[in-house]
Amino acid sequence: MFSKILIANRGEIALRVIRTCKNLGIQTVAIYSEADADSLFVRQADEAYCVGKPPVNQSYLNIDEIIRIAKESGAEAVHPGYGLLSENAGFARRCVEAGLVFIGPSSDIIASMGSKIEARKMMKEAGVPVVEGIDTALDNEEQAKEAGKKIGYPLMLKASAGGGGIGMQLVNSEEELVKAFEGNKKRAESFFGDGTMFLEKYIAEPHHIEVQILADTHGNVIPLWERECSIQRRNQKVVEEAPSPFISEETRQKMLDAAVQAAKHIGYSNAGTIEFLVDREQNFYFLEMNTRLQVEHPVTEEITGLDLVEQQLKVAYGERLSIKRENVERKGHAIEVRIYAEDPKTFFPSPGKITEFQLPQGEGVRNECAIEAGSQVTPFYDPMIGKLITWGETRSEACARMKEALENYKVEGIKTNIPMLIETVSHEQFLSGYTTTDFVNKYYLAEKATN
Amino acid sequence: MTNIVASMAGSVWKVLVAEGEEVKEGQDVVILESMKMEIPIAAETTGVVKKIHINEGDFVNDDDVLLEVE
Repeated sequence: MFSKILIANRGEIALRVIRTCKNLGIQTVAIYSEADADSLFVRQADEAYCVGKPPVNQSYLNIDEIIRIAKESGAEAVHPGYGLLSENAGFARRCVEAGLVFIGPSSDIIASMGSKIEARKMMKEAGVPVVEGIDTALDNEEQAKEAGKKIGYPLMLKASAGGGGIGMQLVNSEEELVKAFEGNKKRAESFFGDGTMFLEKYIAEPHHIEVQILADTHGNVIPLWERECSIQRRNQKVVEEAPSPFISEETRQKMLDAAVQAAKHIGYSNAGTIEFLVDREQNFYFLEMNTRLQVEHPVTEEITGLDLVEQQLKVAYGERLSIKRENVERKGHAIEVRIYAEDPKTFFPSPGKITEFQLPQGEGVRNECAIEAGSQVTPFYDPMIGKLITWGETRSEACARMKEALENYKVEGIKTNIPMLIETVSHEQFLSGYTTTDFVNKYYLAEKATN
Repeated sequence: MTNIVASMAGSVWKVLVAEGEEVKEGQDVVILESMKMEIPIAAETTGVVKKIHINEGDFVNDDDVLLEVE
């Protein structure tokens, strides 16, 4: 096993990786920006180096500096976490060129899956169902109009390099498509440096269900069940759970098979997630592949009893997977909520100083959190301050534990989405187990508006 | 004269108006980026942009003056 690794990330996920490394006797090297100098993850790592000023492009995205620190500190591998450089093919390539192991798939696979158009093509080749749409870039409105006619409205206009909902828009007619095209192309250009656009048929009221896979470098791929993440705001996940309360056992096995087939076809290695949209009739369609550890990985850990970071490290070191598909446990039900520093009604960020902080405890309660009383939530990074996970023998037990834990989660000094989360996990529609990606608009915001 | 101030800390992503330009009440004049989200800042009154205090890419704190409208 590695004796020392560098963690090219911050906050909650840096702490999460450090914890597994400590269990395995691996030394950790943290990097931090000037804004994070007092953070928990900096103190918990065996070594820590300042990588630059607070804005991410001057610190956590500074590839040259990160590689220099990795080499000088004697790290053998780099864990990218999620977000930041985790899906940056150039970073993965540079690590390997510098003689460092990148804890993730190859840079070629990151690049292919980072292009939504390319990923669509590869999934079709693998025999995985994709949403009806086009596999070529749309250069202008005219091409978009033509493609729109062919597929039929309503459509989703999407940025090939997109993520987090940026550059994506639902269009109901040719008129709306024309109106949306240039603006979204420009946004995609300025956010991702790539304004390539394409179109897909709109799936009404979909469920977002994803399959976690684990692949070694010897061609073995196993699925670690699915997660349902249909509760989203601003196209970002807020509540995630495993297993999905919606799909049948038959659909589940088909989705796991499709995910394994996809990973094998592209020659994937390490932990990865294949995201699907699932319609009312349980038809499922490939949405995208995340070539990294996901924020919501703890719900999979809770039901399988596996440590995904440990599995990532072993696979990256070249070890063979020691588990077989049929031996992967599926025990009880787990739910995760993301605690965001934001206004619970408008979802606008709420940076500031945390004056009081207390995490809930109890049976089946797990916290992944990188802040403490006195921490400053800065405007420079993602608004997520922590994750709360509950486990139960049944879904209703996990829900009840989540509600109680949220009520005991104490954050003072900044606004958080905790009131919204409490309402969500106590809502009869959520408790019924039938949740779709329009849940927040349909039940939460609509009820706010009428009250 | 009215000052248009930042509603929260963040970096200036886009400046949508120029000095001398007429703006209407409620019109977005600057877009800040904070915690990976775009925060539009609107003019509170109708008038002419007298002076712009910031550039795209600058970091601003809560309540910093972004521009003056007369």
